[in-house]
Amino acid sequence: MLKKKSGRGRMVNEINASSMADIAFLLLIFFLVTTQIVEDKGILVKLPPWSDEPPETLELISRNVFSVLVNAENKLLVRGEPAEISELRERAKEFIMNPTGREDLSQSPTKAIISLKNDRGTNYKTYIEVYNELKGAYDELWDEECRRKYGVAYSEELPLEYRKEIKAKIPMVLSEAEPTSYGAE
Amino acid sequence: MSSHFQSKRGKANPTISTASLPDIIFMLLFFFMVVTVLRDTELKLKITVPNATQLTKLEEKSLVNYIYIGKPTPKYESVYGTKPRIQLADQIVDGPENIPLFLERHKVKVPESRHPLITTSLRVDGEVTMGIVQDVKTMLRKQNQLRLNYSARKKEDI
Repeated sequence: MLKKKSGRGRMVNEINASSMADIAFLLLIFFLVTTQIVEDKGILVKLPPWSDEPPETLELISRNVFSVLVNAENKLLVRGEPAEISELRERAKEFIMNPTGREDLSQSPTKAIISLKNDRGTNYKTYIEVYNELKGAYDELWDEECRRKYGVAYSEELPLEYRKEIKAKIPMVLSEAEPTSYGAE
Repeated sequence: MSSHFQSKRGKANPTISTASLPDIIFMLLFFFMVVTVLRDTELKLKITVPNATQLTKLEEKSLVNYIYIGKPTPKYESVYGTKPRIQLADQIVDGPENIPLFLERHKVKVPESRHPLITTSLRVDGEVTMGIVQDVKTMLRKQNQLRLNYSARKKEDI
């Protein structure tokens, strides 16, 4: 009896925790491998609400409309002339602001309308590139306006009234027409 | 003097205690478990999203529903063909007419007050033609789901 007690006393009264780290590491690596960090970024757009009645036809002065057509061969037609995607942003910016007061560009930023139309056979990639350039034109204009007025870069962190003011001055009007059915599969 | 120091040194235990190592690793593990989102849907379509520069980050995952459009992967080609298809959750569906039910299923999981903030993320392969995308967009407009995000990757060269 006495012998037994002394034997117990000699035992280290502790669980060996050195393998715990290995187990935790194993779990950690498992999670690292199985999960993928999905980056969710994209171009945020707001669609116009659907109405069954045909939209009322607005009489627009042609100088205020910047029409962009993308056909089934992914070629661009800007204001009736062929164009490249690379020049789209600069042309859109010039059209919206009209800094030199040209007769054929928009009367004022608030009256400028960009009209985008594509075929059903247009590649999604081309469409996104075009949309990206047009949105980029507005983003750059907002940024310039913001720097001029408040001395800071335009961002979503800006107070809401600042953003509202800038967007009231240069509203983004991008109208998308129903696509023509060319090149449909 | 020097001998005095030496004796002190000799007594010190040279092993580093690793008792706190599991705690550190567990902390890392919990961090990763919290920040990562487990993918619960299997992608049956081959999707390479296009590149763009004017990107907005989607903040709240619970307010986002995903619509995938692309060609089926080789594994599913025999079942679904080679034409671009629409995938909602983990099923490839016949056409855009299945979208209303899908949106409704997502909507019930979101509190009523946050319904206007629900965003649809369109993950579309760059090679797909606009026809099918347009059909989906029209259906979303009819369902009054107007916040839309064209999923894209950051373009590196700018």
